[in-house]
Amino acid sequence: MSRSRSAVDPKRVSSELFSLTYGCMVAQLLKDFENPEEVNKQLDTMGYNIGVRLIDDFLAHTPSVTRCTTLEEVAEILCKQGFKMFLGIVPEVRNWSASKDKFSLVISENPLAEYVELPPHCQDTLWYSNIICGVIRGALEMVQMDVKCTFVGDTLRGNDSTEIEIKFVKILEDSLPAGED
Amino acid sequence: AVVSTQSTGRSLTNMSGNYYFVIVGHHDNPIYEQEHCSRDGQSKKDDYRDLCQFVAHASLDMIGEHMWTTNSMYLKIVDKFNDWNVSAFVTAGKQRLIILHDIKNEDSIRQFFQEVYELYIRTAMNPFYEPNTPIQSQAFHQKVKVLCRRYLI
Repeated sequence: MSRSRSAVDPKRVSSELFSLTYGCMVAQLLKDFENPEEVNKQLDTMGYNIGVRLIDDFLAHTPSVTRCTTLEEVAEILCKQGFKMFLGIVPEVRNWSASKDKFSLVISENPLAEYVELPPHCQDTLWYSNIICGVIRGALEMVQMDVKCTFVGDTLRGNDSTEIEIKFVKILEDSLPAGED
Repeated sequence: AVVSTQSTGRSLTNMSGNYYFVIVGHHDNPIYEQEHCSRDGQSKKDDYRDLCQFVAHASLDMIGEHMWTTNSMYLKIVDKFNDWNVSAFVTAGKQRLIILHDIKNEDSIRQFFQEVYELYIRTAMNPFYEPNTPIQSQAFHQKVKVLCRRYLI
């Protein structure tokens, strides 16, 4: 009967606590930097730092994932496994470009943005969940893929859907660090 | 009074009354106000609002006393002023929801308080909202207007 309490996995945190924590962080960034564009950049940088570390954790916990050869495979694994593992959601992959180097992720229920209403002065400039873009960019960079990741729509801003556009830039070659020959 | 059936299946007496609803913060400051006055004329409306604020403020003392006597958040009628009844609801965070109304309808008022409380919680969870500051959210305002129309008029 009281056993069930100790069975709570200490690594799981309530999603409300997570949303509130992220929300406080964005609100504080907004107070500190005052400029929503600057906050977007900061969120992207923070996301990047998270992404470069997260990728190892992800690959360690999903032995079934092998090296991807196409961008479609990347999109598939990103959505069905990456997002599922860390945010508990599976975004939809849409809007493939003709040359197959660009696609969009559409998020239907964003766990970061629960209860959030943007203040009027940053209604048109702040990308609230921009940290996700940074995470994707950082994680893919660690597997030698250079991508550009940006938000193109957010339900918090009044758009129809929360959509991230991911554009493939190039494969990163392993190069010697600058200075060595 | 016309009896009308709400979508929930319950029938509530349709009352046409005046009311004044205010959410009061910790520093006795109004965070949100909504009112309905059937009197015409702008100056009358301003007087009405000033009087309402005065009555609500005066009732804060009674609310302060009453809230320690009961476990529930809904305090029913705590004060009277001429024709006005003052009903109050104290939230867990000690925000006071006050309604000035002339028609006694305890059930409607209790339901109204419950629903506004839930809307308030939702607003308070917004990371961009500072507690004890005026609520600017249009979404909140629209929803409260709907509730007022449903329960208070």
